[in-house]
Amino acid sequence: MTFNPAEFIDRWGSNIWQATIETFQMVGIALSISIVIGLPLGVILVLTRPGKALDNKYLYQFLNVFINVIRSIPFIILLFFILPFTQLIVGTSMGVRGVIVPLVVYTAPYIARLMENSLLEVDKGIIEAYEAMGMKTRHIIWHVMIREARPSIILGLTIATIGLIGATAMAGLVGAGGLGDLAYRFGHLRYEEDVMIVTVILLIILVQGIQSLGNRTAAWLKKD
Amino acid sequence: MIELKNVSKTFYSKKSAVQALSGVSLNVGKGEVFGVIGYSGAGKSTLIRCVNLLEKPTEGQVIIDGTDLTGLPASKLREKRQKIGMIFQHFNLLKTATVYENIAIPLKLTGLSKTEVDERVKKYLAVVGLDDKSDAYPGQLSGGQKQRVSIARALSHEPEILLSDEATSALDPETTESILDLLLRINREFGITILLITHEMHVIQKVCDRVAVMEGGEVVEQGSVIDVYAQSAHPTTKKFIDSQFPIEAPESMLKTIAGKGPIVKLSFVGHSTGQPVLSEIVKRFDVHTNILSGNIVQMKDESYGRMIVHISGETDAPKAIEALKDAGVQVEEVNLDDV
Ligand SMILES: Nc1ncnc2c1ncn2[C@@H]1O[C@H](COP(=O)(O)OP(=O)(O)OP(=O)(O)O)[C@@H](O)[C@H]1O
Ligand SMILES: [Mg+2]
Repeated sequence: MTFNPAEFIDRWGSNIWQATIETFQMVGIALSISIVIGLPLGVILVLTRPGKALDNKYLYQFLNVFINVIRSIPFIILLFFILPFTQLIVGTSMGVRGVIVPLVVYTAPYIARLMENSLLEVDKGIIEAYEAMGMKTRHIIWHVMIREARPSIILGLTIATIGLIGATAMAGLVGAGGLGDLAYRFGHLRYEEDVMIVTVILLIILVQGIQSLGNRTAAWLKKD
Repeated sequence: MIELKNVSKTFYSKKSAVQALSGVSLNVGKGEVFGVIGYSGAGKSTLIRCVNLLEKPTEGQVIIDGTDLTGLPASKLREKRQKIGMIFQHFNLLKTATVYENIAIPLKLTGLSKTEVDERVKKYLAVVGLDDKSDAYPGQLSGGQKQRVSIARALSHEPEILLSDEATSALDPETTESILDLLLRINREFGITILLITHEMHVIQKVCDRVAVMEGGEVVEQGSVIDVYAQSAHPTTKKFIDSQFPIEAPESMLKTIAGKGPIVKLSFVGHSTGQPVLSEIVKRFDVHTNILSGNIVQMKDESYGRMIVHISGETDAPKAIEALKDAGVQVEEVNLDDV
């Protein structure tokens, strides 16, 4: 069997295009929502630590355990485990819409952890200098902690995004499609090797692209 | 201006309690430069951090300009803090912001308009002599330049008080001098009261009006700098002052003079040198003087000199010493093993 690009595109082009769009949709939407949930969670994790601005042992311990529990569940299990919850929130458990909820549940706690790590790296002295200047805690969070942690936050989000792309491969199980699903259904189940190889190559390019974009942005933000 | 009344601070951890400050009282007058000196772990940082309540005292009061900060609600405390500038050993600048932004961001957050912010940033960058660096990032500056930025940041809030926690400890001697000169200028030009802590006597000598010596969480001695130099009583204070008057005479020379007449430590306040009184006693009495070491330190408005002198001439030596005392020189007989 020889590979004929023109014929391949003719036959599979629209499927692959469709799957790419779906992957971008799932990753884009799930990532955005996960950041909106994960970043504040990360901030709360840092601020409720013993000795920090909003020191609260119980909230800190609760979040800590809660995040660990969710992060211990493999995505594939999570996907089915929270089906009723998904149904309740978006009205369906199928398609791109249906998979966003489990993707967010999977990614947001991970992002919270990554954010916590990034924020903890921020020099205590700088935060203290701003406290000494009489700045409000919310201003310190935004203008000092998050600002100074940006390079590290970007690198964390890069890792989270790549993890998310991996998780979307399983989204096919609830009919959400995407590149991973395409490779699995046609390439693996129907022995269309070409499709599998091309989609895998596309995924590699995507992951590589995101990683170098992340690295570059972080380096640019770092300034030292 | 700054009044600490019986301030104590104990740090509690699960296993132990560390008493970092015990019953410290200080009074810093308006426009004064007050220094606190002590060895590592003496409680200096804890003390200065209690002044703006970065550290909450376990006991005692912190009174700034008549207001007890320990009783203030959070929002009032923030207002007060805006009028108390602070600089640090490690500068504490935003690494991801330019010099300009480092000064502008906190100003903006206090609600100043854009033009006011711009005016202040430019004014105080000029004061610290960094007008040409406004677009640089801290990573591109030297230690001294970073400290200037942090001084500009503190000044830009137009504070009445400046707290300095070892601001020159990370700098080389020459840069230290220039930062100290800047602090003096700020004190004189803007009338800002300065409370600084250090472990270098040189810093105290050069810029402070008054000094407190700390050890083990307590102030063991305090007073005007010149008095503390002239009449220090506590061994720790003596050690700090002695560090500025090293004995340079070689070992062999000390051996040859051992037992041949008294060795005395002469201290002069105000005189530029002890030379005239020494030549005077040589003329009047049958003695020879041999200066083993000598140094003069220039304080803000006075100088203090110290010499270790060997006086030979057994019969007349006591008379010579009396004459020195009459001339207003502090004389202390020393044992060779001590010097
Ligand atoms: N946050 C803290 N928790 C527990 N102990 C502390 C804390 N901060 C300071 N201490 C203890 O209090 C004592 C005084 O510390 P402090 O930092 O005030 O000393 P210092 O005079 O500033 O020393 P250095 O010259 O090394 O900076 C030390 O024994 C220190 O271990
Ligand atoms: Mg200290």
